Amino acid sequence: MIPLSWYLIFAAALFCIGLYGVLARKNAIGILMGIELMLNSVNVNLIAFWRYRAPNGIAGQAFAIIVFAVAAAEVAVGLALIISIYRRRSSVVADEMNLMKW
Amino acid sequence: MTAEQIIFLIVAVVTLVAALSVVISRNLIHSALWLILTLFGVAIFYVLLEAGFFAVIQVIVYIGAIAILFIFAAMLTRRVMQDTGPQSNTNWWIGALIALFLLAGIVFILLSWRGSTTPLAELENQSGRLSQLGLSLVSPDQYVLPFELASVLLVAGMIGAIFVAGDKKQ
Repeated sequence: MIPLSWYLIFAAALFCIGLYGVLARKNAIGILMGIELMLNSVNVNLIAFWRYRAPNGIAGQAFAIIVFAVAAAEVAVGLALIISIYRRRSSVVADEMNLMKW
Repeated sequence: MTAEQIIFLIVAVVTLVAALSVVISRNLIHSALWLILTLFGVAIFYVLLEAGFFAVIQVIVYIGAIAILFIFAAMLTRRVMQDTGPQSNTNWWIGALIALFLLAGIVFILLSWRGSTTPLAELENQSGRLSQLGLSLVSPDQYVLPFELASVLLVAGMIGAIFVAGDKKQ
């Protein structure tokens, strides 16, 4: 039997790796990849909690499905924005996207 | 140590190494390929958690759609960030510190939490579980509202993506 804490620690490590990617990457697409890693770790947490703490409930699985849908929508819009910016400014570096900087 | 635990550890190590390669790889295409390996590892975790449906969704939605979208985006924007030059910004060590402290904090809290040793309960109603989930997503007294909101969000995201990325000159 695998203890619940193993899943939680794995998910925490995956989340922190994704967080590092978001904070340290220059490339905007790389930042989106970090966000995907974070969303995945959240899903692992949700499913693990569902399996161990409330195996006869539905809430954990339903929540995980919503997270899937949100992740798909987020990455579609995010990549569209990046491609649009690339077309106008020939750059995908997050530092150089300062049109709306006040 | 049981066979399940050994499988868990192997998959966890492979997944975490792949995830690290996603964030530090210089070439964005390589990053996307490592991302696919990471997503496969997470799918194996869903199988270990007896949530096979989610493993299938993970492969179809994440690997089949999202990872391919990433590869397309990386190829469309390839010329600007060639493999030369630093791929992380000058404050990367602050990000690493924040991530490490967050990991240490979460692990510390988890180790002091007694609920983390919950024994694995037997899953009842093995066969009817999926249909139960499907029914709960459309029954008015359960999750129909979040479900419909998610579909509206997906449609809005799709239209928004086409509008934003589309070429307006044509």
